[in-house]
Amino acid sequence: MIAEIGLAALWLAAALAVLQMVSGALALRSAEGEANPLAIYARPAAVMQALLAGLAFAMLVWAFAVTDLSVKLVAANSHSMKPMIYKLTGTWGNHEGSMLLWVGVLALSGGLIALFERRLPERTMGATLAVQGFVALGFYAFLLLSSNPFERLPVPAIEGSGLNPLLQDIGLAFHPPTLYAGYVGLSVAFSLAMGALLTREVNPTFARVMRPWVLGAWVLLTFGITAGSYWAYYELGWGGWWFWDPVENASLMPWLAATALLHSVAVLAARDALRTWTIMLGVLAFSMSMLGTFLVRSGVLTSVHAFAVDPERGAFILVLLGLYIGGAFTIFALRAGAVAEGKRFSFSSREGALVFNNVMLSAILAIVLLGTLYPLVTEAFDVRVSVGPPYFNPASAMFAIPMFLVMAVGPLLRWKEDSPRRIRFEVLLLAVILIGVIGLVSFFGQFALLPLLGLGLAAALGVAAFLPLRGRKLTRVPVATWGMVLAHFGIAVSLFGMASEGAFTQERLAAVAPGGSDQVGDYTFTLQSVNPVAGPNWTAIEARIAVSRDGGTPVILTPQARNFWSPAQSTSESALLTRWDGQLYAVIGNQAADGRWQIRMWWKPFVTFIWYGGLLIALGGVLSIIGRVRVDMKRRKAVSLGDERRADLEALGTAPVPAE
Amino acid sequence: MIRVLLAFLAALIALPLSAQDTMPPAPYAYNQLDDPALEAKATALMHTLRCLKCQSQSIADSDAPMAGDMRHQVRSRILAGESPAQIRAWLVARYGDYVSYTPTVSASTWPLFAIPALLILIVAAVLLRRLGRRRADAGDAS
Repeated sequence: MIAEIGLAALWLAAALAVLQMVSGALALRSAEGEANPLAIYARPAAVMQALLAGLAFAMLVWAFAVTDLSVKLVAANSHSMKPMIYKLTGTWGNHEGSMLLWVGVLALSGGLIALFERRLPERTMGATLAVQGFVALGFYAFLLLSSNPFERLPVPAIEGSGLNPLLQDIGLAFHPPTLYAGYVGLSVAFSLAMGALLTREVNPTFARVMRPWVLGAWVLLTFGITAGSYWAYYELGWGGWWFWDPVENASLMPWLAATALLHSVAVLAARDALRTWTIMLGVLAFSMSMLGTFLVRSGVLTSVHAFAVDPERGAFILVLLGLYIGGAFTIFALRAGAVAEGKRFSFSSREGALVFNNVMLSAILAIVLLGTLYPLVTEAFDVRVSVGPPYFNPASAMFAIPMFLVMAVGPLLRWKEDSPRRIRFEVLLLAVILIGVIGLVSFFGQFALLPLLGLGLAAALGVAAFLPLRGRKLTRVPVATWGMVLAHFGIAVSLFGMASEGAFTQERLAAVAPGGSDQVGDYTFTLQSVNPVAGPNWTAIEARIAVSRDGGTPVILTPQARNFWSPAQSTSESALLTRWDGQLYAVIGNQAADGRWQIRMWWKPFVTFIWYGGLLIALGGVLSIIGRVRVDMKRRKAVSLGDERRADLEALGTAPVPAE
Repeated sequence: MIRVLLAFLAALIALPLSAQDTMPPAPYAYNQLDDPALEAKATALMHTLRCLKCQSQSIADSDAPMAGDMRHQVRSRILAGESPAQIRAWLVARYGDYVSYTPTVSASTWPLFAIPALLILIVAAVLLRRLGRRRADAGDAS
């Protein structure tokens, strides 16, 4: 029954998406200021659709929670012996479930904007909801026609096949939902951009409406990527935190586009410039989300040929992709000419710096896109090439380094026009820090160029982030400005972590007999014992390793090598010792024939700063949303207060005047 | 989830192998070279070689037996005095371009280098058009 309710809710939601699309589109046909009688259904349809999609998702979670083995998806991906938390998170640890989550978030964002957004003209709002409904419809069709999560088995399974052990981790509770919410939150930016383009309402009001959505999606993406990176770091057992893997790139590309978009939207809101840019980036950001979904969900990454053999799902998403992205860019090409570019500004102005960085972000996006798709293209022609870090790092640094340099001084410039001479002291200061740090570090050792540059840039950016506060009264600085300062500082912190990990990591692989010791960095480690341990659905061998820094008090680390029995698979659970200046990373490997154990140890100085930086960036985004929304509320309150006062005055004016 | 899912797929591929793989790993699969300079050289090279049995992992990031064998090859060849370039060439001759994460300019990879070069030109053109002309306009106006 549960599964049938979910399926019915999904079909109803799809039907409402049609209603939302038609009703929203009819708003476009009504004359200015007049409401089309059929256009009033768009908002309720969007809200109802969000509730139904939410219900469908809740039903699937329920089926997983009670391990309903008559549902095919549950039988294939869950197991009655799994801990409850992984039963729940396992709902989206598979293709159908994660697509349902995707669609659920899409419907939820459509519902939220329909419910709360009252500032836009009704025609623009109608067009926006129509586009949102159109996008949702395609993905409902995808779910219902090719990936039905509620399919029943003719005969219920006796036991489920279990969830991949690597996914049986708390990371699965955070990473996919936040990442998906970010991906799909960008759909609102897309719909708003198309709505504004169709009704030629690209102006600061529109930008102020769009901004919290872009910021919100961007915060979630930032958090999702940060969480995913840390998860991969501790779960995969080799200490890597970013692999330039196609699936990672699929999440990085929307983030790059969203970063460019949120800066562009800020310019549009504050200065009424960069109108077409903002629209284009809005379309691009969600296009990258959909492309990412295609890459991850179509199976094209496992092998282009496997995709060609069983192309149903992939081809479906590909058609949707062509329809939405192609359609959006066609409308953009037809309409962009009608949207004036907006206010002008000079090169040395804050807008100028933002344009420069938007172009750089787009260029990095192009590099990542090229490096990700190129191997797929050649594979289709039976030529296999690999594109990895040795390509991505320098190619993206080529654009990232100028971007960081401009980012350091951009916030110091004034809007519209400024003279570079006004900020020469700051520029000089930052140049001294940059060159000083690079000089100092290279004096103490031989390091690769990119980590070296990264360290210098991180130091300069860290100082530069706070320069906009110089000479201002800190208690009077707007919350949104604090958000910017924090996010930019987060970039510096993250960059410092990456460069430091790249430059200073120390590795020790050793075969150690119980009782034996070895050394990594400042740490001495002793393998005390290796014992078998058992968990709810796994058995493991666990090493007790005592580590002490410079002969200090030893701390016990217990890395495990786990064997899960359903599905039968082994994973290594690394043990981490976190200190303020880095992390010690320990893994236990196999036992050699002579009875010694393989131990892998890394000392990674300041590696944690990578993720602290990510969190700071996300926090900066949150502050920015709070600040913007507060200012908007104040403004709205002031406007309504003014209206009331005017109405009062009018009422007074028409009041009977006492004679003589 | 991203990486983890992939590793899962990789593990699925590697699973039947590891089940049959009763041979102990090669000596240098999990042991470092004694000379830190040589080891650093080997590590740098290993990070740029693809583990052929895995999905998007370098041989320095993988527990697959084949990655272990390849690490052994890299370390023992570095120890024997071969240069990283020679080892890479040897592996490419054996397994094809696919094994190397460092693409080189060839008939099948030239767009990987031509497009970024073109991109620099486009970026320069866009910036000049958007920012350069404005400056000229501002100059005219003043």
